[in-house]
Amino acid sequence: MELLQNLALGFGVALTFQNLIYCFFGVLLGTLIGVLPGIGPVPTIAMLLPITYALPPVSALIMLAGIYYGAQYGGSTTAILVNLPGESSSVVTCIDGYQMARRGKAGKALAIAAIGSFIAGTFATLVVAAFAPPLAEVALKFGPAEYFSLMVLGLIAAVVLASGSLIKAIGMIVLGLLLGIIGTDVNSGLQRYTFGVPELSDGIGFVVVAMGLFGFAEIIINLEHREHREVFTKSVSNLRLTWSEFKEALPAVLRGTGIGSALGILPGGGAMLSAFAAYTVEKKLAKDPSLFGKGAIQGVAGPESANNAGAQTSFIPLLTLGIPPNAVMALMVGAMTIHSIQPGPQVMTSNPQLFWGLIVSMWLGNVMLVILNLPMIGIWVKLLQVPYRLLYPAILVFCCIGIYSLQNNVFDILLAVVFGILGWIFVKLECEPAPLLLGFILGPLMEENLRRALLLSRGDPTVFFTRPLSLTLLVVAGALLVIVALPMVKKKRLEAFQEEGA
Amino acid sequence: MGLIRHPKDFWAGVLFIVLGGLACIIALDYAMGTAGRMGPGYFPRSLGTLLAGLGAILVLRSFRLNGEKLSFPTFQPTLIVLGAVLIFGLVLNYVGLVLSTIVLVLVSSVASHEFRWKEAVIAALALAAFVVIAFQYGLKLQIPTWPPVFGG
Repeated sequence: MELLQNLALGFGVALTFQNLIYCFFGVLLGTLIGVLPGIGPVPTIAMLLPITYALPPVSALIMLAGIYYGAQYGGSTTAILVNLPGESSSVVTCIDGYQMARRGKAGKALAIAAIGSFIAGTFATLVVAAFAPPLAEVALKFGPAEYFSLMVLGLIAAVVLASGSLIKAIGMIVLGLLLGIIGTDVNSGLQRYTFGVPELSDGIGFVVVAMGLFGFAEIIINLEHREHREVFTKSVSNLRLTWSEFKEALPAVLRGTGIGSALGILPGGGAMLSAFAAYTVEKKLAKDPSLFGKGAIQGVAGPESANNAGAQTSFIPLLTLGIPPNAVMALMVGAMTIHSIQPGPQVMTSNPQLFWGLIVSMWLGNVMLVILNLPMIGIWVKLLQVPYRLLYPAILVFCCIGIYSLQNNVFDILLAVVFGILGWIFVKLECEPAPLLLGFILGPLMEENLRRALLLSRGDPTVFFTRPLSLTLLVVAGALLVIVALPMVKKKRLEAFQEEGA
Repeated sequence: MGLIRHPKDFWAGVLFIVLGGLACIIALDYAMGTAGRMGPGYFPRSLGTLLAGLGAILVLRSFRLNGEKLSFPTFQPTLIVLGAVLIFGLVLNYVGLVLSTIVLVLVSSVASHEFRWKEAVIAALALAAFVVIAFQYGLKLQIPTWPPVFGG
């Protein structure tokens, strides 16, 4: 019954007029930007972050969460109508969603995506509410050694589950950790890697890194491709699903919800992995798998439910352990820090209103998404027709102002250009930027815990292996690495990600 | 192709070696301390070594694995887009938000292969107006609107 009480507390916070408005605006703005092709949730959140500076922390986080779901959902709309995934988690939606659109069923595809996302969102909210408190209790018993090992596991798992070369991904993490060190060392007061630049003494802002690596680099790559896009907008009118279509899709929605809720909790998991896994499962279970890739409704329903559930449950590691499982959550950590909240197990006890308010607002955000998206789909479609040549300069303007407003400083804009160059090089070298962002956020935390753990053990490094919990975490991390490096699994993994990229 | 069979891995490896090496060299000035009482140089130096090591593996591997070539179809968007942002950053404090936004939009628009002058000018003016209304009046961000000589 404690759960109900907590949820009631959450509703009390989330249902205030003010917070409802912020949640609504978050979802609206998130969808607005997320619908625009070629902008994923990471730059969307980074771009809209300045709007939340002036808000009280609870409202700010509610709004940011709304932006996240909105961006996520907007990306699906783009995937279905333009065959262009706004973000990695809607890559699979493209496959069958776009085919449905080409066969005149765009409205139906959008409808099942919305319904599926709503069902998944509702369930995932309950999962978060039920699992977060016990996990946080465990996390409160963690010492520095456990925290360090947990972060190692989190980072390793994040790269194992991501696509691409393992060594490069680990390298990107390490590079991120190094970038996180830039600034004043808390223990000695020494300025590290600041090159005498006063603006660097507080470290590099995570928005600067995210905008450069994700925002600017993405725009450049889009411009290099010079594609012409075909938008399917004429057939959007018919949003109604027939009963038989609904019956066909519902099991896929439920399976997707389950898969997404489970995988979202894993580090590196979240939305993309969930969507991908759900698509594979649907294809395996289908009576006629040959329909997939040709507009199968299950191929939209499953992944769309899964990515929404995964997007939501990936808040669990963030809220209970303070460890972001993916790049979006890494941004959330940054956002919370700006509002002087240190994410971790203590949030629930020290700030229950924020915690439960956020959880309830997740569900409210999902309700708003459905209300907002189905009737307003015409507006989103209009937005999709804005040509990219007009879109990207506008994105650049918002990015630049967003970066400037962090510290009212042009230095950050210049720094973002440097990260833009880096991001472009990374794309060329096929180095994923997401692990770098994770490492960047976790860098200072990891050093601090390593330091403390070894201080407590008087320099004895075996402390990580003699404490059972820490040992378990490290063994799991090691096992993951070994498993992925096995030739057989390596081949499977490659196949899996190739199919997804197709 | 010669010796390097996997150019993407090779150059990623080189990048890691250079950055890791630099991190180590700079960190030589930071006290190492001991494991029990870690100095500020301990963590960075370990990471730098690790990064350089991973880079070395990538380089060695690139002699054996096969991979695609690096492709640079055009440098134009990279230079124009980042150049536009750079200019925005450099002039913002001197000419204010309105003019720098117009410059950013005009310069960056050139990067598209579908660029049209008239359209870009209209977009620049419209965005500048929107930005002032939204950020200056709406969100009350502290950015100079006009060049300081105009008393902005």
